[in-house]
Order: sequence, then C-alpha cells, then structure tokens
Amino acid sequence: MIKLIVFLPLLAALVAGLGNRMIGNVVAKAITTGALLTSCALSWPIFLAFVAGNASPSVTPLFTWMQSGGLDIAWSLRVDTLTAVMLVVVTSVSSLVHIYSWGYMDEDPDQPRFFAYLSLFTFAMLMLVTANNLVQMFFGWEGVGLASYLLIGFWFKKPSANAAAIKAFVVNRVGDLGFMLGIFGTFLVFGTVSIPDILAAAPGMAGSAITFLGMRLDTMTILTLLLFVGAMGKSAQLGLHTWLPDAMEGPTPVSALIHAATMVTAGVFMVCRLSPMFEAAPVAQGFVIFIGAATCLFAATVATTQTDIKRVIAYSTCSQLGYMFFAAGVGAYGAAMFHLFTHAFFKALLFLGAGSVIHAMHHEQDMRYYGALRKRIPLTFWAMVAGTLAITGVGIPGLAVGFAGFWSKDAILESAWAAGSLGVEGGHLAFLVGAFAALLTSFYSWRLIFLTFFGKARWTQSEHIAHALHDAHGDHHADSDHDNPPSQEDAGHEPAQHGPAAAGLSDGTGGYHPHESPWSMLVPLIVLSIGAVAAGQVFHHVFVDPEGGLAFWNGSIAFDAHLAHASHEVPTWVMFTPFVVMLTGLWIAYNNYIRDPGAPARFTAMFGPLYTFLLNKWYFDELYNVIFVRPAFWFGRLFWQRGDVGIIDRFGPDGAARAVQGGSVLTGRLQSGFLYTYALVMLLGLAGLATWAMVRF
Amino acid sequence: MIESSLPILSLMLAVPFVAALACLFVGDRAARWIALIATLVDLALGAVLWANYDIGGAQWQFVESIALFGTFKWALGIDGIALMLIMLSVFLMPICIGASWVAIKTRVGLYMACFLLMETLMIGVFAAQDLFLFYILFEAGLIPMYLIIGIWGGTNRIYASYKFFLYTLLGSVLMLIAMLWMANAAGTTDIPTLMQYDFPAQAQTWLWLAFFASFAVKMPMWPVHTWLPDAHVQAPTAGSVILAGVLLKMGGYGFLRFSLPMFPDASAQFMWLIFGLSMVAVVYTSLVALVQSDMKKLIAYSSVAHMAIVTAGLFAFNQQGIEGAIMVMLGHGLVSGALFLCVGVIYDRLHTREIARYGGLAINMPRYALFFMLFTMASVGLPGTSNFVGEFLGIMGIYQASSWMAFVATTGIILGAAYMLYLYRRVVFGELVHDDVRAMPDLSIREWALLAPIAAAVLWMGVYPESFLAPIRGDVTALTARLAATAPAGDAHLAIGKPKLTPKGEALHGAATGEGH
Repeated sequence: MIKLIVFLPLLAALVAGLGNRMIGNVVAKAITTGALLTSCALSWPIFLAFVAGNASPSVTPLFTWMQSGGLDIAWSLRVDTLTAVMLVVVTSVSSLVHIYSWGYMDEDPDQPRFFAYLSLFTFAMLMLVTANNLVQMFFGWEGVGLASYLLIGFWFKKPSANAAAIKAFVVNRVGDLGFMLGIFGTFLVFGTVSIPDILAAAPGMAGSAITFLGMRLDTMTILTLLLFVGAMGKSAQLGLHTWLPDAMEGPTPVSALIHAATMVTAGVFMVCRLSPMFEAAPVAQGFVIFIGAATCLFAATVATTQTDIKRVIAYSTCSQLGYMFFAAGVGAYGAAMFHLFTHAFFKALLFLGAGSVIHAMHHEQDMRYYGALRKRIPLTFWAMVAGTLAITGVGIPGLAVGFAGFWSKDAILESAWAAGSLGVEGGHLAFLVGAFAALLTSFYSWRLIFLTFFGKARWTQSEHIAHALHDAHGDHHADSDHDNPPSQEDAGHEPAQHGPAAAGLSDGTGGYHPHESPWSMLVPLIVLSIGAVAAGQVFHHVFVDPEGGLAFWNGSIAFDAHLAHASHEVPTWVMFTPFVVMLTGLWIAYNNYIRDPGAPARFTAMFGPLYTFLLNKWYFDELYNVIFVRPAFWFGRLFWQRGDVGIIDRFGPDGAARAVQGGSVLTGRLQSGFLYTYALVMLLGLAGLATWAMVRF
Repeated sequence: MIESSLPILSLMLAVPFVAALACLFVGDRAARWIALIATLVDLALGAVLWANYDIGGAQWQFVESIALFGTFKWALGIDGIALMLIMLSVFLMPICIGASWVAIKTRVGLYMACFLLMETLMIGVFAAQDLFLFYILFEAGLIPMYLIIGIWGGTNRIYASYKFFLYTLLGSVLMLIAMLWMANAAGTTDIPTLMQYDFPAQAQTWLWLAFFASFAVKMPMWPVHTWLPDAHVQAPTAGSVILAGVLLKMGGYGFLRFSLPMFPDASAQFMWLIFGLSMVAVVYTSLVALVQSDMKKLIAYSSVAHMAIVTAGLFAFNQQGIEGAIMVMLGHGLVSGALFLCVGVIYDRLHTREIARYGGLAINMPRYALFFMLFTMASVGLPGTSNFVGEFLGIMGIYQASSWMAFVATTGIILGAAYMLYLYRRVVFGELVHDDVRAMPDLSIREWALLAPIAAAVLWMGVYPESFLAPIRGDVTALTARLAATAPAGDAHLAIGKPKLTPKGEALHGAATGEGH
C-alpha cells in the first residue's frame, strides 16, 4: 500500500510530463489529480490507525541502491508515526492544491507540465518522509529541491522567476553542503547510514570527539550541526532564508504546497527524525534554539512592512518555521511536529486564499491596491479569516477551545518556558522572543486582512487592473491608470497624495468587478478552513499531551513526556501571554488600518531608518551579493584571464612555442598539412622507441 | 583464468580497424553506414563481453596472449574496471557516428576512419596487458584526435591541436623512460605481474612522477588543463563527446592501473600533492566556468572540476573513494558527452556557441529542453542520476582520508549548480528574442535517438548503480588490499574522550563561528 502511495504520483508525473501535449490538458490533470487523491485516500487510514494506537512501524524494502565496502544503502519505505503524520500532510495538501490548480491555472497554455511538476514534487517529498536511511532522505531532499526549482521558474519567460529559481537551488545547495558533510561524518563515526541504527548508537557517542577541518570537536555536536545546516537551507532559516521570499515568483498553488505546507518543513522533519542525535548534542540544541528564535523574530519584523500579499505570507512562513525549530531545540519535538501539522493547513489556506484574491484582482499582488474586497469575494474572505484566526492563535486558554494555531503555538511557547525552567539554556529567552513574534504575527496577519478586505477600494491605481479594464472597455480609463500611486506605506514609490478619487472615479474601483473564484478553487479553501479551525482541537491530545503523545509517537521521535507534563504546569501569566499579545497585535492593526488609516504613514515618517531597514529585509540580499556573488564572478574572470591565459598558457605552451620558433608568428605559418607532419613524426618516433625497447629486452 | 574459445577482445579491436580501412576507399554515404554498422557490431560484442564476464571470478578474464617478437606480446585481458570503460567506449561510439551524420560534409571517409581507428585504440588501451602495447595504443590514440580537431575543427583549430600535442608530448616521453626502467628492473612487461611487483621505495618516487606527468595532462589536472577548453571548443561535436567521454578517462585509468598498484609507497607520499591540485582545480575551474560565454568552454571547465573529484577519490585509498571515482568517470563520460551533444544540436542549427545568442529554447524546442535539463541535473549531481552516485561515494571516501579535501570537493557541488543552472537559464529559459533562434526546429528523430539512450543510461546508473559497481568491486577490493599497508590514516577518525583543545586553544571557538554563517 505504501508503495502505491509513493509511486502513484511518480507514475502520474511521468505520464503527464512525457505525454504533455499528446494527451492534452484534461487527461494530464485528471491523471495527476486522481493519483494524488488515491494516495491521500490511502494515507489517512494509516494515520488514523496510528492515532488509534493499533498500527506498528514497518519498513518495506525495495531494492539495493549503493553498496561499497562497508556502505550499504537500500531503497526502502519506512512507515512509523512520524512518517504517517507527514504522509497525510503531504498528500492532503497536495491533492487540494492539485484540485485548486484546475481553476487557478485554467488559462495557462502549459498545464500538463505544471501538473507533472506538482506530482513529481509530491513523489520526492514522499520519498523524503519515508526514508529509512540518510541517503534516501537526501534523495528526496534534492528531489523536492529540483521540483521547487522547476516550479519557481515555471513561467520561464520571466527573468525574475528564473533568477529566483536559480537562487533557490543554489542557496539550498549551500545547506546541502552541510547535509552531505553530515552524512559523510555520520558514516565515518557509525559505519552506517541507516537511521534506526544511527539513532540507537547515538547516545553512546556522547563524550567522544572527531576532527573536522583541523579542529577537534565533540562528535555529536559537529555531526548534528552539519546536518542542521542542511535543515536551515531547506527550511529557510536565518542566513539561508533569502531564497524563500523570492520563491514567490512561482504560481501561487506552488507557494501553498511547497513553500508553506510541505517542502520547507522538511528541515523540521529532519531534526525530529534525528531527534535522538540532537538529544545527545546539547550545544547543537542551543544553536537550534538560537537560529529558530532569531528567524522567528527576524521574519516577523520583515513581514510587518511588506506590501506584496504573497511576500507577507512567505515571511510569515519563515517565522512560523522558526517557532518549530526552537520547539525542537528545547526538546519539544511533539510540539514542533504539531505546529508543522496545523501550520500546513492554515498556511496552505492563507496562500490559496491569497491566490483566490490575486485571481479576483487580475494578478495584482500588491495589497496597496486592494481594499473593500470583503463583499465582493465573501467566501475567500471568510476562508482567509479562518486562516488568520488560526495563525494568530485565537482561542480561550482557560476553556481549552481555539483554532489550530492556538493549540500548537501555545504548546511551543509553554514548552519553551517549561524547558527554560527545567534548565535548558535559552528556553526562557526563546519564550520571550516567541511571544513578541506572536504579537507581530497577529499584527501583520490582521494588517493583511484589513488592507485587503476592508477600507476603501484602491484598485484604480493598479496596472494589472488597468489592463483588465483596458481590455474590457477599450481605452476609456487609460488616462487614469498610472499617475496615482497609493497613499499607504509607499517607501519605494513617490508619495503623491491624490486620494482615491483623484481621477474622477468616486469609489476607487474604476468600474472593475472582482469575481469570486470557481468552485475548484473554493472547495480546497473550505476543506482547509475546516482543518484550520479544528485540527488543533481534534489532535492536540495525541501530538502533545504527556500520556497520549508518548503512546502516539511510540519512539519515532524523542518525545519527552516530562517536558510535556511541565509545559502544562507553567505559571498562569505564561499561559495567558500568547492570548494577550494576540489581542494587542489585533488592536494595533485595527487601530492603524481601520480606525486611523493615516497612522502607518506617520509611523514610518517617525521611524524612517528602522522602516527602511525592515522594508529592505535587513539588507541580506545586498550583503550576500557583495560577499559572495560578485566576488565569485570577479575571481572567475581573474583565474581565467590572469591565471589560465596570463600565466599558465603564457609560460606554458605558448612560451614553449615562442622559444622553439624564435618568436616567429607560429600560427600564421601553420597549415592543416602541418599537422600530418606532427602526427607522422610522432608516430615514427614512437615506433622507433618501441622497437628499440623490444630489441633491448 | 578463463580461456575464451573466441578471442573476443581481438575481435573487438579488429572490427573497427577493418572498417576504418574500408572507409578510406568508399564514398561518403557508404563510409557513414560502414562506420555505424561497425560501431554497432562492437557495441553488440561489448554486450556479449559484459554478459559473459564472471563477477567474482578470476581477476583477469578473456585473456589472450600471443608472443610477437622479442619479449613483445599481443597480450589482452580485462578486469571489471577495464570492462566498464570498454563498455563506455563502445556505447558512445555509435552515438558519435550518428552525431556526425550530417554535420560532417568534407572528407567523410577519412573522418569515419579516424573515429573507427580511435575506437580500436581506446578498447586496446583498456584491454592491453603488456606495458609497451599499452604505451603504443595510449599515445597512438592521440593521433586520430589531432586529425579530427585539426581537419574538421573550428576556426582556431591549429592552435588547439598544437596545444594538445605539446602538452601530451612531454608527459609521454617521461612515461616511456619510466616504463623502460621498470621493464629492465622487473624483467617483465606483463602488467598484472607488475601490479604485484614491489619496486624500491626510492625508485617509486621517480617512477610515480614520470607517470604522473603523463596522466595529469590526460586527466587533466590543474595547472596542465588549459589544452582542454581549446581542444573542446575547436573539435567537432563528436570529437568533443569522445574527448570528454573516453579520452579524459585514460588519465584516471592510468592512475588506477599503474600509479596506485605499482607504486603504493609513492602514491601515499604524494597524496597531498594530488589533494592540493584537486582542491585548487575544484574551486578555480568552477569559478572560471561561471564566467564563460562559450558553451563548450563552460562544459570543458566543468569537466576539469569533475575530474578533480576523480583524482581525489582515487587517492583516498579506500573502497568508497576509488569506486566513487570510477563511477564519476563513467557518469561524467555519459553526462559530459551528452552535454556536448546538446551543444552540438543547437550549434548545427545556428553555428555559434555563444551563450548570449540563444534564449527561450524551451518555447520552440521543448523536447530538447527536457533532455538538456536532465543532463544538467545529472551534471550537478542530483540524486537519482549517475553523477550523484559517483560524487557521493567518492567524497564519502575522501572524507575518510581528509575532511578538508571533502569540504572543498563539496563546495564544488554548490558552484557546479551555479554555473550549470546559469548556463541552462541563458540558453533555454527566457523569451525568444532572436528570429533565427525562433526558427530552430525541435529535436529530429536522429538527434532524439542519440540522446535517449544516454538519458536511459544516466538514470539506470543513478537508480540501480549496482549493475556497474558489482563488476568493479573485486578489483577495487584487491587494490585497496594492496594499498592498505601504505594508506595514510585519515584526519577525521573517531577518538574516545572529550574534545581536546588544539595547541592554539581555540578549537571550540572556531567551530562556533565556523558554523554560524
């Protein structure tokens, strides 16, 4: 059965990809979507069996992959609790995204290719989560990287999409450098790459040391740090995060599937899968907490200033991944996986909802040109609200009712505090950072909702809408299109204050009529809304409760029942902090974007440098460009022109030629016949030498 | 030893040789067909050879030995390593003939004869069991290549072929002198015997260096690599395919067959020379590849970077390193050959290798884009393709010898992704801006038939490399056993006990900052 789940998407991808135009759009879409729905239907019973506690881990061997000396790597499919969780996340979101794409990609000329890539991605992701050894995990790891590269660059005519695709692949490769070295080191130390064998032996390695790059280091610390660098790349953690916002160049369903719900969580999955290794390396755990908390804060601050709806959600993803990592760092792997699980639903929902808005607004992605969409696309609005309630963690602490994020994010924050109280360094700090980031989360999430759905319509200023109107009504509105930039948060644009009605369009809509998306897009939104509302309430018992969790995880992660217990007994103020900051964030957003729309402009004027710093994403891209990209090209030219041409050739073959020819113009004199002479002389010389040698012996 | 009733190796040498002679005396059309049929026959013979190769049997199989004159013998025989490289040669040859089918219009008979002669010589090099037979075939193999570059090459072909000649000349002279000394000292020219012979350690140093001079150029290793980009750029497509696919593997084969087993002490002694040159090569040539504007030059420089992983893997002195190196040799042979074919496909249409002249090919050549993507991904070592298996095993072996070398080799994988994807983006993605590019038709059936078999082989090697690892396993085990006594201990081995501070007292501090980026 697991074979079907994993290989059906591959088969569908091959049929749709190779068949392409021969089989046509509908067949390609039907095959891929059908395969995914089948995989999904087969996955849920497995997961529910683990929830009910009547399933046991299994490994299905396929065939040998590599064998060399002591190294023995087989293709095999592992199913345990951790895999089962990922199976339902991956196949559910993927099938919903497939369905959604029927509507979203309806006008695209290249649909079979798109669906083939989506299915290929799903296959690679399933290989990743079912891996029983590190190398197969790496296979899936790189496979999802390939699919991500192909899908980010799906609109390959756009230079920005191509640049983003390459950036995603190369930055991920930097992470892979760590992952690969980690695998090599692990094999050197343990003599195997089989995950269960490594995990069994890991605690025994505490207190030993290996040398890496001339430094003598604690074995488990260096191995887990190297592996974690891989996780940082894939999960876009601070330092290697720069590719994720740019990845929004891909079609929105891709962002929902790959860059929110599944692929980017692979790093968290990896840390949880290898949790016994991390448990044996406290220094590395401290590093994980630090990176997780730092990313959580960094991404949340940037998200508050972005104006592209997808970029806001992308930074939000980055930030939420930070939560998962510091949860894993403090040892609350159950909470990390729980947040991964709930986040998959509500973040996919937010992205698909954003896609629905973009669809309605004729591919306009800038929130400054939205507004007042609540009544126009009500279903999308309510779905987005459900997603926002989930991500901001709305719920009532005392009564234990709440949306998905309420359960998982509170579990993380409480675990962090509890771990800090139990003596984990950085636990309390992670709690404080996480709580502050939760305030920012609430602010930027509601800001998105208010800017998009409330207030006055600001559509006329959008070029995309203008084009749509232009197409629809001839050039009737052409003169009012481009001269009216929006009034809110316009650092990059000149702050011309014409007001929404400047061009004589009293309601700011320009006569444009946004339409609610087709049902193929709305059904996934509804399904995901149910997940965003209920996933936490239904599953928190098995994921994070001390007793339920211990039985559910059944050794597939290093579930710490003691910590889980402690996290339920944190002080009341700790328990209520997330609730308070959530309300605070909501209030600030409401105040600034509904009650007093002029407030953001005043604020940015007051804190100009800070605002610019955040708007430019802490200048990471500029920094990397100066440190890595430009020097690489500079050194490349230097080595080529100065090294190869200027030194090696000049003093090597060319120099030799000059010496022989006495400086005469060699190449001018050479005829093609000259070569025969060379060849002949050489052959004769060879024959002579060989003959001499043979006669001599 | 298995005495085959049929002298299949001699037959494999004879078929293309006879066909080469025939090609000289017939018209263009007939020459093409003769060449194609002869290479296909050799491919079939190769398949028979592989099918009958007894894995786990005698080390040397299909042995033939005929004394000619003096001590000179017509001695052929193969082990698993030679078998794999012969398979690579006979597999690529029909593809090369097919690639030249319409591109070569002048002196077709001579051209086909050159290729067929080269096939004879290549198979001979891998099968030779006599020192001097090896030498003659090894050096003579260059002659058809000179001719191919010099006659059918691009505008600057004379310079390229002359550079090619000059580089290889010096190395081969030194190697010949070393061979003469060895034959004299050991009293035999039989390669299997010499592989077990213990030369005095002092002599090994000099002999190793003499062989190194020849193999390093063939590899090519930095800094004697500058002939390769010029040779590739000027050679016709099929010439590039065979140059990258097989001729570059002769250097690696030489290290495997001569340097390592015959001079184990010297090999251990020079390990850091090899590692040092390989480290420079990986970073240096990858960066140079990044700034190339000529497609063939870019792929040529990437070859140098890949070959550096081969040399480092071979000198890791362990099973994974050596098997990985051999897998890189095979995988790179297929992938770089295929990449040159991909360049050839569009060169035949537009007659320029300038990257900037292309763009947007995914629109009008989707099938081409698919193949090119597959080979690009194979070249960057994506798991599931041939090059991943080689690079992964190779660097895993290297790590056990030196974490520094492994670290640098792995950075080459990042840079590899950068320059290959940058190339792909500029050629295949983007808008169609040039009208002549827009008019280019997608792959013809002939071109499809050239690329599809390589694509299949690349995936086969990536998903089930056991087919290729099994034949070489015994030989590599024998080699590592021979090297075991001298293999240097790696720097990374496990030690019980707390990490000790280095004399400078900053080990842990260094780690913290080193991982922070």
